[in-house]
Amino acid sequence: MLRRLLEHEQILAGLLLLPTVLILSLFIAYPFAKGIWLSLSSATVGNPGVFIGAKNFVKVWNDSIFQKAAQNTVIYTAIATVFKLGLGMILALLLNHHFRGKRLVRASVLLPFIIPTVLSTFAWKWMFDPTFSVINWTLYYFGIITQRIPWLSDSNLALGSVIIVNVWRGMPFFAITLLAGLQTVNPELHEAASMDGANGWQRFWRITWPLLLPVTMVVVLFSVIQTFADFQLVYVLTGGGPANSTHLFATYAYQIGVAAGLLGEGAAISLAMFPILFVIVILQLWYIRRVEGA
Amino acid sequence: MAMIRGPRWKRWAYFYIPLWLYMIGLLFPFYWMLVTSFRPDNELYRSWRAATNTPLWTLNPTLEHITYLFTNTTFAIWLYNTMFIALISTIISLFCGLLAGYALARLKFPMAGGLGASIFVTYLVPPTLLFIPLADVIRNFRLQDSPWALILTYPTFLIPFCTWLLMGYFKTIPKELEECARIDGATRIQAMIRIVFPIATPGILSAGIFAFTLSWNEFIYALVFLSSPQQKTVPVGVVSELIRGDVYFWGPLMAGALLGSVPVALIYSFFVEHYVTGLTGAVKG
Repeated sequence: MLRRLLEHEQILAGLLLLPTVLILSLFIAYPFAKGIWLSLSSATVGNPGVFIGAKNFVKVWNDSIFQKAAQNTVIYTAIATVFKLGLGMILALLLNHHFRGKRLVRASVLLPFIIPTVLSTFAWKWMFDPTFSVINWTLYYFGIITQRIPWLSDSNLALGSVIIVNVWRGMPFFAITLLAGLQTVNPELHEAASMDGANGWQRFWRITWPLLLPVTMVVVLFSVIQTFADFQLVYVLTGGGPANSTHLFATYAYQIGVAAGLLGEGAAISLAMFPILFVIVILQLWYIRRVEGA
Repeated sequence: MAMIRGPRWKRWAYFYIPLWLYMIGLLFPFYWMLVTSFRPDNELYRSWRAATNTPLWTLNPTLEHITYLFTNTTFAIWLYNTMFIALISTIISLFCGLLAGYALARLKFPMAGGLGASIFVTYLVPPTLLFIPLADVIRNFRLQDSPWALILTYPTFLIPFCTWLLMGYFKTIPKELEECARIDGATRIQAMIRIVFPIATPGILSAGIFAFTLSWNEFIYALVFLSSPQQKTVPVGVVSELIRGDVYFWGPLMAGALLGSVPVALIYSFFVEHYVTGLTGAVKG
């Protein structure tokens, strides 16, 4: 009987998908619904709260720290993505040569990406230390600066420092995936173009870039989502400071929802990411489909 | 893939020097982690402008920071917790991903497309979107401060990835192999377990390695769901137990960061090719 049932495609498919559907609905779909409820309620830790409509969203919308966090998130995502793509592309082009020690170089390039982010971010925090910064020491030693650079303690500079670390961590991911794309480009195309007198830049812009575009778009999609929803870097490097100037959506949601225990308001802040993420995903999926279809 | 051509100066200017700059920039933070871990405190806390003979290395290496880590904190337990959680959640995710990936790649059933798409969408949901309601759900299930809070939630971002990667793998395996086995009297499940899964071993390995490093790396769930020092994972333990107010114990901090990175780095170094396949497969879909 059981054997017969298992031969039935639809029943078998249901059984095979059951564990996945169970886990994803319990820990993604249900929390998502719960998040919407929380964001519309006055819940705090230990108090289930009551329905208060859109009050949390109105409050958050008029909150100057939230506005700053939203602005930071957009700047952070845009600048970091541009640099990750640019520097990652150059590195991919460099790695797409034959040279001695290539395997070792390629393997070590990915280290910033695989080492636990919080741990490597602490190394950066130590390198940015106001009194013991090795970066300041080096710049001073070579006579480039005379005053120390307040990497994390100046509210304008801090976001830039966080972006540097994000680029450092994410760029290898771009480089390695773009390299995989580069290896599928037929070298004869380049040879033919050289013979027709195209220079290096023209060959990149007319051959490599268009062929890589589908891969590039997918990598950018993943990176934008990760960067937009980033938490760890800011949490470790600045904690959102100085004076709440470097908060992102996620770190501010943590501060309100977990540290201050205002579940409703915290849930509203992190849900505020959702429409923007949704639009980014839809736009990019649409674009990827168009590029691949063309 | 081209050899580097042209005159010597050109090769240096366009290849070796840029590559060296990249390598220094990418690896220096790890070097600094290493040096700090073995540098005595009286050398560590010197002002940035103070003259020192060996600014970038040390002549007096010490084990005091590592000893501190193992005697004054529960670092060994954090390492064990991280390993345990990463291992079990990887196994759960591989199990679910194998079954779901097979069903989506091979079986015909209503809503197959819709389910595949929704699994892909959950793949794009960042953990920071849901951590507050999820913490509430964890409290309701009375799982807070238990490793199971993480073992059950990490699969939410690992399963979609594993399913996606393995589905791609299964599609490359010819259907005829299975059909032959079934003509010889094997049931569908037997054909799946004995024929398809063994062929997919490289894919399983890639997905597993990638999932393991992702769980080792996870931070926000571990930060929010765990509270007692004995339950913490390495990233959370280092953040919460090695900083007292505004005082950072940089020696032990860097030693902890170094030792917390070594297991992942080791596993990575053994399986670089599998990891890269997982990584590039993850974005190709």
